[in-house]
Amino acid sequence: MKYAPELKRSATIALWLILLTFPIMVIQVNTIENIVVWRWMNIAGVGTVAFVLSFLWQIYQHRKTESPLPVSAHLPAFQRLLADPKLYRPMLIFIAAFALVFPFTASHYQINIMSTALIYIMLGLGLNIEVGLAGLLDLGYVAFYAVGAYSYALLNYHFGLGFWTLLPAGALLAAFFGILVGFPVLRLRGDYLAIVTLAFAEILRLVLENWNALSFGPSGISNIPRPGLFGIELTLEQSAVYMYFLLIALCLLTIFVIYRLQHSRIGRAWVALREDELACQAMGIDKTRAKLTAFALGATWAGMAGVLFAAKTTFINPASFTFMESAMILAIVVLGGMGSIVGVIIAALAIILLPEYLRVLGDYRMLLFGAALIGMMVFRPRGLITPSSRTYVFQPSEHQERT
Amino acid sequence: MNYFWDLFLGGLTRGSIYALIALGYTMVYGILQLINFAHGEIYMIAAFTALIVASILTMQGLTGFSVLILAGVIAILYAAAYGFTVEKIAYKPLRQASRLSPLISAIGMSIFLQNYVMLAQTSDFLPFPNLLPQSEFLDSISAWIGPSDFIIIVTSSVVMIALSLLLKFTKMGRAMRATAQDREMAMLTGVSVNRIISRTFIIGSALAAIGGLLIASHVGRINFYIGFNAGIKAFTAAVLGGIGSIPGAMLGGLVLGLAESFGTGYISSDYESVFAFTILILILILKPDGILGRSSQQKV
Amino acid sequence: MNHANLFRWILCAIFFFAFIPFSFAQKADTIKIGIAGAHTGDLASYGLPTVRAAELIAGKVNAQGGILGRKVELLVEDEACKPELATNVATKLVSARAHAVIGHICSGATKAALGTYKDAGMIVISPSATSPELTYSGQYPNFHRTIAPDDAQARLVADFAVKNLELKKIAVIHDKGDYGKGFAEFAKKYLEESANTQVVLYEGITPGAMDYSAIVQKIRHVRADAVVYGGYHPEAASIVQLMRRRNMKTIFISDDGVKDQTFIKVAGPAAEGVYASGPMDTTNNPQAIAAINEHKKAYGTEPGAFYLNAYSAMLSVLNAIRQAKTTDSEAVLKALRAHVTDTPLGKIKYNNQGDAIGVGFSIYQVKNGVYVEMK
Repeated sequence: MKYAPELKRSATIALWLILLTFPIMVIQVNTIENIVVWRWMNIAGVGTVAFVLSFLWQIYQHRKTESPLPVSAHLPAFQRLLADPKLYRPMLIFIAAFALVFPFTASHYQINIMSTALIYIMLGLGLNIEVGLAGLLDLGYVAFYAVGAYSYALLNYHFGLGFWTLLPAGALLAAFFGILVGFPVLRLRGDYLAIVTLAFAEILRLVLENWNALSFGPSGISNIPRPGLFGIELTLEQSAVYMYFLLIALCLLTIFVIYRLQHSRIGRAWVALREDELACQAMGIDKTRAKLTAFALGATWAGMAGVLFAAKTTFINPASFTFMESAMILAIVVLGGMGSIVGVIIAALAIILLPEYLRVLGDYRMLLFGAALIGMMVFRPRGLITPSSRTYVFQPSEHQERT
Repeated sequence: MNYFWDLFLGGLTRGSIYALIALGYTMVYGILQLINFAHGEIYMIAAFTALIVASILTMQGLTGFSVLILAGVIAILYAAAYGFTVEKIAYKPLRQASRLSPLISAIGMSIFLQNYVMLAQTSDFLPFPNLLPQSEFLDSISAWIGPSDFIIIVTSSVVMIALSLLLKFTKMGRAMRATAQDREMAMLTGVSVNRIISRTFIIGSALAAIGGLLIASHVGRINFYIGFNAGIKAFTAAVLGGIGSIPGAMLGGLVLGLAESFGTGYISSDYESVFAFTILILILILKPDGILGRSSQQKV
Repeated sequence: MNHANLFRWILCAIFFFAFIPFSFAQKADTIKIGIAGAHTGDLASYGLPTVRAAELIAGKVNAQGGILGRKVELLVEDEACKPELATNVATKLVSARAHAVIGHICSGATKAALGTYKDAGMIVISPSATSPELTYSGQYPNFHRTIAPDDAQARLVADFAVKNLELKKIAVIHDKGDYGKGFAEFAKKYLEESANTQVVLYEGITPGAMDYSAIVQKIRHVRADAVVYGGYHPEAASIVQLMRRRNMKTIFISDDGVKDQTFIKVAGPAAEGVYASGPMDTTNNPQAIAAINEHKKAYGTEPGAFYLNAYSAMLSVLNAIRQAKTTDSEAVLKALRAHVTDTPLGKIKYNNQGDAIGVGFSIYQVKNGVYVEMK
């Protein structure tokens, strides 16, 4: 038996998990009528699943230690694909074609969830500026998203302003809020920053929930207009398609801007800040400015995404802006591989579309989603796309040589 | 004055529970620099286990103190086992990864455990029996302090003192503190770091279980979602006191509990959590490392 | 399995999942009823009873050969009471060409989803969304409900507190939710209309908070005669228990979210004497008894919140389809308003706003562990 020790170990683990899950899985008490239901069959289920999974895991570990891959092969297949222009160009064309054709072939529902996923791509890319590039762990990103959504809904409600006026306005307001949050937390590092951003987001949500005069409280704001297209009346399905293309366009804009930012002066300052704050300061980078711009720019995209969200769902209330939302966006960034644009896009699609397609599984949906998050982290701890740092080569120009 | 005293006691009760849970966060953080988001779920699972065991025992005809002890011990053991297992499954394979990966894994674990309990048990609220003992002594002081408040405050103080002694004087405590200070150095001096991490999770989970048992008895109802809010608040408490610091977590819990209680009592309960979070932000602006956190000078 | 291989597998899996929805063929000739609500998350306990009610009825109807010769098919979709998920669910149901929807559960999610249904002309019957504006605003002609709106309930509760109990100082507490706060606002308004009654405290609590000692202390501090609580039973149970443990005799009056047997189970002896408004007594309605027994037989437990409302909603929509002899939504809409259906809530039909006629409220009081209607 080649795998005898692994089998034995798996059996032990399965036994342990059976014992561990025994009270919750097997016993169900009804304290009112004093009935205890013993569901012995569940033991078999837990045992089998635990045994198979732990066996597979050990084989995986075994293989990994037995034949360490050469360094180049450590890059995932997908990434090697990206490195080769011969392969990725046709793929880009294919993706572009798919994105164009998609709304005309898919159902309304498909377009709708794809639009949601596109909003999350924007959110992911925005948070990526803060977390991925500048290394500022923000657990309250959803606050900026809420600012965007509420500024569209409220300014539209009170002053009748349109979508196209409020898209930049929402972005600006969110950026302003970003700076507002950024100032007091400048001194904080790492996880202190994380909890303070979380606190800010919770405070904002509670204010929205309680301050009826401002925000209409928990009953929310309904009948938010969808974006207009030169005054043309659109049916529900048409406006979904329109929304979809609008989001594609804005996502492309986001990608472009963030790509340019990444390699700009400020982008490199962020990366330096992430790697080592003190050394970065010693190099003469204005830490305060770098941090504040990271907050402001990250918030800008969230604000835009918020406006789009409000326009897409036509109804918002504080329940959409809970901590879980921040956690999901953070999961997108981490799963995407911190700082990689392509990674964030793939991760956003996975995180948003997976639970939707898992609907087939009914009640087990979120259980499996939780397990999938753990699994993805365990198997790919550095994210789907491992960010490789770009090498900058110093090329002395002729002008410099002369002086 | 009486009103003030009542609010003070209520805050103290709530604060001691926050502190018990916060200890688990802070201990894990001290060693792994990981925010263990699944910690709140351990507290929830402990409450469920205690409920199941206590109901079975009551149906067998046992009453009073023996039910409390048996259900408590089993719940604590199970919570410890869950803590241990969660660490092995979700965090140990990620020891070499960047700091954020285990964080996401922890969020995944939290979602998983919530849904696991919901599917295997129920999505409804369940009544939780009042396991806390009744006695003449407690009745005699009930004019001053509610019996369950008294028991919660006393039990959590005893547990926290015991933990401090354990960390201060035993070999294991020293090894834990050494690992928290410098994991590699501790390894060089012969500390088995993996074992210490496991023990940290076990102790932290056991403390959360005690907290869960006490508060479930006090409030009288549980469901699969109770871990989430308690977890966030306890984590806030841990940071408030200076994350990684044991006395800090205790103090942070109490400050948070009192802030919420007085905020509700004298201002408005609409903004209960806002008081907690505002205190947190104010204190962190004044003292960026928390109340009792060591101001760590960064070295290059 | 090396990394590259694994990744390929993951890709395959993603593609597999991505194409599942495309591959579902349209099953012809069933009557599709969407069941939308919270089936996961913290509010799952309010959504799942509706699914069960629908499943029981669908099973029964299909066993008898269906309606108009067509089987009833349920499309159960979870939105966890989240507005953004609710719009996804709505578009999914519209895409799947459902003929009617039973749901949503929470008012917020319902509001978010209604725009989509309205544009598609789909009939929606909610067993539990009580926000008044859903029917009063006239914006949603396709919306119906088998539960009375918040203001009707608040009026009843306020009148009861002022006239029957003659209370002077009342604390109005709510759970900051759409439902609870809506109810509390109306209750406060109606209570203040009376000259002898004073609202001494009006505050929201945080649902799911660890305990409610502080607010209970505050209620005692302001010396309120009674608490009018807007919200659901879990928080209400905690507050009542804490009040009774502190030997407070304060009267507790609440809404339909509390008029649930679970409240009595959770609060135990402390529940004794609590008033709550709820749909008119159905305990003697043979339909209701049968529906509850069906649930007990199929699932072994007492049904949960809004079970009877959902049961009635499902019965009325199927009856309307039967009467209209078509699934065309215009005709069904007319039938809903024209024909009376015998349901566990009594004989109901809908008015032009969409509120069920014949669904009224009465005040109940907990006596010896059960809710008893106050005559």
